Amino acid sequence: MTTTTTGTPAATGAVGAARTRLEGLAKVTGAARYAGEIPFAELAHGWLVLSTIARGRIRAVESAPVLAMPGVLAVLHHGNAPRVDGDYTGPLGAPDPVLQVFQHDRVPYVGWPVALVVAETPEQAREAAEALVVRYDQEPHEAEFSAGHPDRYTPQGSDSPAETAKGDLAAALAASAVVVDARYTTPEEHHHPMEPHAAMARWEGGRLEIVDSNQGSGFVAQELAHLFSLDPASVRVRSEHVGGGFGSKATRPHQVLAAMAATVLQRPVRVVLTRRQMFSLVGYRSPTAQRVRLGADADGRLRAFAHHAESVTSTVREFVERSADMGRVMYDADAHHTLHQVVPLDVPTPSWMRAPGEAPGSFALESALDELAEKCGMDPIALRARNEPESGPVSGLPFSSRQLQACFREGARRFGWAERDPRPGRRRDGRWLLGTGTAASQFAARAAPSTAAVTAEADGDFTVRITAADIGTGARTALTLVAADALGVPPERIRMRIADSDFGPAMIAGGSMGTRSWSWAVMAAAGELREQLALGGVIPPQGITVRSDTTAAIAALAATERHAFGAQFAEVAVDVTSGEVRVRRMLGIFAAGRIVNPLTARSQFIGGMTWGLSMALHEEAVRDRASGATVGADLAGYHVAAHADVPAIEADWVDDPDESDPVGIKGIGEIGVVGGAAAIANAVWHATGVRHRDLPIRPDRVLRAGDGGRPGS
Amino acid sequence: MREFGYRRADDVQGAVALLAADPGARLLGGGTNLVDLMKTGVERPALLIDVQDLPLDRIEVTADGALHIGATVTNSDLAADPEVRRRYPALAQAVLSGASGQLRNMATVGGNLLQRTRCGYFTDPAAPCNKRDPGSGCPAIGGEHHNHAILGASAHCVAVHPSDMAVALAAFDAVVTYETSDGPGELPLAEFYLPVGRTPHRETALPSGALITGLRLPPAPVAAVSRYRKVRERASFAFAIGSLAAALDVRDGTVQEVRLAFGAVASRPWRARAAERALIGGPASAEAFAAAADAELAAAEVLPHNGYKVALLRNLVVAVLTELTEEAAR
Repeated sequence: MTTTTTGTPAATGAVGAARTRLEGLAKVTGAARYAGEIPFAELAHGWLVLSTIARGRIRAVESAPVLAMPGVLAVLHHGNAPRVDGDYTGPLGAPDPVLQVFQHDRVPYVGWPVALVVAETPEQAREAAEALVVRYDQEPHEAEFSAGHPDRYTPQGSDSPAETAKGDLAAALAASAVVVDARYTTPEEHHHPMEPHAAMARWEGGRLEIVDSNQGSGFVAQELAHLFSLDPASVRVRSEHVGGGFGSKATRPHQVLAAMAATVLQRPVRVVLTRRQMFSLVGYRSPTAQRVRLGADADGRLRAFAHHAESVTSTVREFVERSADMGRVMYDADAHHTLHQVVPLDVPTPSWMRAPGEAPGSFALESALDELAEKCGMDPIALRARNEPESGPVSGLPFSSRQLQACFREGARRFGWAERDPRPGRRRDGRWLLGTGTAASQFAARAAPSTAAVTAEADGDFTVRITAADIGTGARTALTLVAADALGVPPERIRMRIADSDFGPAMIAGGSMGTRSWSWAVMAAAGELREQLALGGVIPPQGITVRSDTTAAIAALAATERHAFGAQFAEVAVDVTSGEVRVRRMLGIFAAGRIVNPLTARSQFIGGMTWGLSMALHEEAVRDRASGATVGADLAGYHVAAHADVPAIEADWVDDPDESDPVGIKGIGEIGVVGGAAAIANAVWHATGVRHRDLPIRPDRVLRAGDGGRPGS
Repeated sequence: MREFGYRRADDVQGAVALLAADPGARLLGGGTNLVDLMKTGVERPALLIDVQDLPLDRIEVTADGALHIGATVTNSDLAADPEVRRRYPALAQAVLSGASGQLRNMATVGGNLLQRTRCGYFTDPAAPCNKRDPGSGCPAIGGEHHNHAILGASAHCVAVHPSDMAVALAAFDAVVTYETSDGPGELPLAEFYLPVGRTPHRETALPSGALITGLRLPPAPVAAVSRYRKVRERASFAFAIGSLAAALDVRDGTVQEVRLAFGAVASRPWRARAAERALIGGPASAEAFAAAADAELAAAEVLPHNGYKVALLRNLVVAVLTELTEEAAR
């Protein structure tokens, strides 16, 4: 541990030049192996059995007939499972109680793990799991969320307050020339990567070894060590290739179950989740009900701002979808109020899904801004420019950089915004009404302590070791470019090794913090190593290794409002006689610090914007009130935008220098989602003159909202 | 895994014999629906009889001018066939509006007719469903049903038939031909799908042990000016929430002949005969089209969340017939 300084990055030009992914060839040729397909000797296979009731107790798990089935090795359940300890606080808080598998007979929702069948083959395990009879004592449940639910409450004890308030809201609203008071809803949404969750566990040389697909091997190792009361050094988790994460690939029951079964059976066990199981086991975005009140002078200047957001939590763990956070950064007013409330229901615990808080929050907030612009007779971009705050509206802290208006200017220029007729329902192309809309994007640029080791090898190459995760984003490649510049060598001389908990603590791939946090640690170690090498001398056979830890450097960072910003534009076509909405084009211009790899960065922005489109028009998980289960829990029932839905999407960025920041990199994983749905909803209004405040904007909603398109009308 | 037998049939008689010998047998075409349902446990056949190699993969014009389409013709080949495209354009459009290119390359004509509903309760073995598990109830009626039936449903089932192809076939009076161990038979499409009633698990009038050998499309000059419009919740690969197959012959502003069939509104493709009757001999005007749609949709029985389909189908009838009127005038 030698350094926490970073120095000035060397200008070898690796950062900022487009590079294809280092592992791209392996992935497209199938050579890259994923956690669910890596062979292991003596591997046994676990298949989960989930509860079919939404609330009650397990009366009996009738395992005897199943144990007699071919190949079955064990049936684990609450009556025979080893104890696990969930009494700890990890970096993301107390563990989700679903990780304490099989510790009691209570069932808090449909899809709660009740048994694991382990067999010689996955097919045998599955057949036995499906044959396993579990008997329950069922209790009445409630799984239906609605605005203003009587059980809602304001959560306490989060690191960020549930409520912020300044000024007299009622008085400011009363004194406003123009008032918007609108309610918005977003549905339950799920983050399903292409690659389902899979983990193999085995005991190897006295250590618990997990081969997994996750967003942070160090975090998973820590949690497993806690849960099984093991020395942290005796748990090793690796996750070489990950086919998508989006917040879903944290510690989930499958890793715990694989470890539990491997311990009981003393042989390697793999547990792979099915798509249907993922709907209750890997988190999801809570439905939200939001109310936004804006009061403004006739010229659009905000006097009153209120954003109240309600969301669901489970009965076993509190999770708050922080939809009202965005207004704490975006817009100031004399009276400013934000509030989160949650409703506990008999449903799986929601979790962090790509752009948590900001995704649903920006839909409500940026729709409301558009409604205010309409009422004020102002251009929506001009309205936002008029309300650009000097400092953080709630924190009062200065912005480290805020290039929001530059994004709008560049976006408006490229989108052709100046030619837009602001009146709704004026443009037509055959049966399609056309409209355009815009919205702002924002996401926090945080960093978390990480460690890295950089080794100067005797052969002249460099090896970087860091417990980073490449969940498909191109992180491995980005870190290689960062290391190359920091060491002043071409990227070809860097061997980047990631996703192994033995490399030491590091941030997860989450919160748009991965690349920023990891780069910081890599730059710190590489900078120090470069200084050592500059002194000359011979590199010994084992190389020269420098380790870094950014804990102190991050703590020393000046308190400012650090965020990435963006402006999104959308053009839509709406047939009000059929209810179809099609997005014709989208443009996103972002200000997100230094862009490490333009090729993969553009992919991430476009991917995020596609999420926004998908959220606007398609995504919606429907919970059956009677059973408490998801209806159509597969990717045929849960629609996401696919190729024919995704039009020309263009993403680009403006300069966003931040001299006060030692890395200058901001996260880009989430901001692309933020504001996309609002831009589309605003465009639908512009096309049709009808506001859609409930997502997704389904054909039936468009039909019901319109005049039904009677002939001649 | 649940074990099942697999046999590849070489000829129609062999397939029929295998089918007759095992009541747990199921015919396997492209497998694009059946295999999915086997994975989720909705279908549990004891034996799969693979009929993909049967010599039923031709599309031929017969002596009487009808078009005979073999049961194992793939959806892709059907949609690409020049005779189909020329004589029954709505059929080609319907097929192309369904599934994805990969699935259409596998899916067969026979299998398309027999595909099962995509109702989310039917596809979830943990849920009650009268179609999958007779007598267990229909949770869709009080639950999620925004894409369920408005016509011809019952208190026992409100699921819709998923096929696009069958909607166009219904408009064109297709006849299903089949073979059993007792010999061949045929069923007009109008009689092929059974009313839901109390037996939603009984979906077709095919005798047990029957193998669909093909379809016969009688000559229908009106079909040359035809169209299939499908409305769905996304542009990519989704089942219809409402669709329309329409053919129209207009002369001097008067409707000579018209064919209308609705999709995604009933347990079967819904031939809109009341609407057709209302139009014949009358003016080809938007008002007349709307009145005809209303005549058909007067029978609609809506649930709390699927009433929009009435407006949707009405609008589709007006829009598509207006387009066809313009097309005929050119």
